[in-house]
Amino acid sequence: MATLFQGVGAVTPFSASSSLDSNKLLLPSRKSLSISDSRGSIFVYRSDALNLKAATRKQDLLIPNAVATKGETSTSAKSGHELLLFEALHEGLEEEMERDPRVCVMGEDVGHYGGSYKVTKGLAEKYGDLRVLDTPIAENSFTGMGIGAAMTGLRPIVEGMNMGFLLLAFNQISNNCGMLHYTSGGQFTIPIVIRGPGGVGRQLGAEHSQRLESYFQSIPGIQMVACSTPYNAKGLMKAAIRSENPVILFEHVLLYNLKERIPDEEYVLSLEEAEMVRPGEHITILTYSRMRYHVMQAAKTLVNKGYDPEVIDIRSLKPFDLYTIGCSVKKTHRVLIVEECMRTGGIGASLTAAITENFHDYLDAPIVCLSSQDVPTPYAGTLEEWTVVQPAQIVSAVEQLCQ
Amino acid sequence: MSLSATKFVHPITTPPSTRSSDKPLFSTFFGSNHTKLRFNKPIVAAQRRSSSAASTSSPVVAVSDVVKEKKLKSASNLLITKEEGLVLYEDMILGRFFEDMCAQMYYRGKMFGFVHLYNGQEAVSTGFIKFLKKEDYVVSTYRDHVHALSKGVPAREVMSELFGKATGCCRGQGGSMHMFSKQFNLLGGFAFIGEGIPVATGAAFSSKYRREVLKEPGADEVTLAFFGDGTCNNGQFYECLNMAALWKLPIVFVVENNLWAIGMSHLRATSDPQIWKKGPAFGMPGIHVDGMDVLKVREVAKEAIERARRGEGPTLVECETYRFRGHSLADPDELRDPAEKAHYAGRDPITALKKYLFDNKLASEQELKAIDKKIEELLDDAVEFADESPLPPRSQLLENVFADPKGFGIGPDGKYRCEDPKFTQGTAHV
Repeated sequence: MATLFQGVGAVTPFSASSSLDSNKLLLPSRKSLSISDSRGSIFVYRSDALNLKAATRKQDLLIPNAVATKGETSTSAKSGHELLLFEALHEGLEEEMERDPRVCVMGEDVGHYGGSYKVTKGLAEKYGDLRVLDTPIAENSFTGMGIGAAMTGLRPIVEGMNMGFLLLAFNQISNNCGMLHYTSGGQFTIPIVIRGPGGVGRQLGAEHSQRLESYFQSIPGIQMVACSTPYNAKGLMKAAIRSENPVILFEHVLLYNLKERIPDEEYVLSLEEAEMVRPGEHITILTYSRMRYHVMQAAKTLVNKGYDPEVIDIRSLKPFDLYTIGCSVKKTHRVLIVEECMRTGGIGASLTAAITENFHDYLDAPIVCLSSQDVPTPYAGTLEEWTVVQPAQIVSAVEQLCQ
Repeated sequence: MSLSATKFVHPITTPPSTRSSDKPLFSTFFGSNHTKLRFNKPIVAAQRRSSSAASTSSPVVAVSDVVKEKKLKSASNLLITKEEGLVLYEDMILGRFFEDMCAQMYYRGKMFGFVHLYNGQEAVSTGFIKFLKKEDYVVSTYRDHVHALSKGVPAREVMSELFGKATGCCRGQGGSMHMFSKQFNLLGGFAFIGEGIPVATGAAFSSKYRREVLKEPGADEVTLAFFGDGTCNNGQFYECLNMAALWKLPIVFVVENNLWAIGMSHLRATSDPQIWKKGPAFGMPGIHVDGMDVLKVREVAKEAIERARRGEGPTLVECETYRFRGHSLADPDELRDPAEKAHYAGRDPITALKKYLFDNKLASEQELKAIDKKIEELLDDAVEFADESPLPPRSQLLENVFADPKGFGIGPDGKYRCEDPKFTQGTAHV
């Protein structure tokens, strides 16, 4: 039996961008999480033990004024500049190339074509064919080439046209990228960045919809990060390039056209930290990449229903930021993980293990992990929709957990 | 189709013959006397292989035609000076004695795991690596002890590494198959075959980048990639041949064709066993050379390395060679025909060089014996050093996983895991 006091009313203002396409993704502005607008209504919420029948619970709740108000984006709205996520990546990349002449890009169609997702647009014209290298279709070898170049003093960025293609480079990534610093006794560093879009898109078929986070996570010696907003995309790109460790940066095919206002000043984010998207009290929702938006959409519904979810975008897939996660767990005592990775052996599975290991005493309920089905992504739109986690599922999972 | 675009930066000299659409001039460079050498038709492995008579008749110093021409033109009759001869001899003896010592130490239980010895192939390593500068790169395979020694890594460090001691060139973390040296630019030591070839291509790319993008004067480092006949059926080999030729990278692909990939005969694994032919298919010269003769290897190596240094692009060199021992110390070596082994034992590169030195009065018996003794003492010292070196302590366990140990992340207490005092003791929970 636990009695919780809750201050409700954290609102999530939405930025008024209309540049989105119809996939209904939310655009949380970076500073949207200040609770300065909250109207504190406090009520007492009694929870009996785990009553899985959620139906009666709602009557006990006073429904507070948790309407999402349109707060203004709390930073001075006119500073900074607006751009799309792929432009943010481009900006980060270009700034780093300008800053350090050893930074180079290699991949398929990165040069003259400008990159399949335009992340490297215009760079070949500016920096030349050797610095923005169009490679033949030989992932294993050009990734290995990037590793050799990194060992001998350059700072290459290898682009996989689709993350799935990097399966062909698995040999080099696992054996060389992750290991050579160690097997050489620390003599050679491999400051390489391997990046590319992955995730389930719009009916791209099974092979183009893969999520490789789970396959790479066991490789010792690499770091993995996933970006989800233009702000963190640029910051993580810059951090990854400056890092001495090999970093794999996961982007998502459907997020490239997100628009956000980012600062004009230079900034670099930390590769190991998670991002607090929405502070809350009832439940911790851990997510990354595209699922962040499904979670925020569900959060809107949840807030209307009286829940106060804390949403954290873990960003760093390897290693996990156990501090941010831990603080949250200690506060809310309930964890829901929402990810796009496969159920079996995915990031969620690892995260569940890590949280249980470290914070077991603080949990009031078992950790629930919502992942994609263990199904090769079907082509048909309806089937595809059912393989990934949808906001409705998130809402019902929260309701179940929060009884 | 010719290289994309007018925008591509060409190397300093672009001889017209090296356009990928034209046939290169050098496909029979140095007149492959041994073109049809060992195999005229596919042969079942168990059968006695009759090698081409030409190469057995004079096992020593059967120089190729082109070199013979050079001989007529130059003032001196000889291919090497005395100093060079002694350097070559010493390097090969170092390689041979070292490997023999490894075998001894292995059977005495000083080293474990997979150890692959290079006996018989010394001419390739010495012939090529002795032409390199310290800044040039060498990439090898698991059969890398002698490449490391030829490149300059001290025998002490290599032996320590084999014993798994903290004073090894890789702090004991690499082992026999992963020899690395930043000081001498040895980029490994790779356990999977073919895995080092892209890394070598990357090093060559770096070199070209430094020359053309960073405009560093004198950035003309050449990379040598050594690998075997088995690797030549692997995709990474072909992908890298393509990229190296496409961008004219300063790299030489050296195939140490010793005919056997563990127990798989080259002829049973390869549709066209003549590996040198695969070079011209990608637009680079493909050369075949007798890898049991260090002087011939040297001639080819000199040209290939200088070609790369001038920026004219890669070369594929197939060295016919043989390993006297099994694939590794765990290999009973029962499959190979004793007659074949005897044949190649008769072409031992060290014996051949010795004979050349004596016949041409470049060195005396005593001088060579002195070198033998010097190397023996060097190796005894190396073994002693390795024996007395400490084993790696627990604190070393987590040190080199990341170049930036923040990569271990932030622990539940808010601090980076690498700041945990137990981290330096190697007992931190990561």
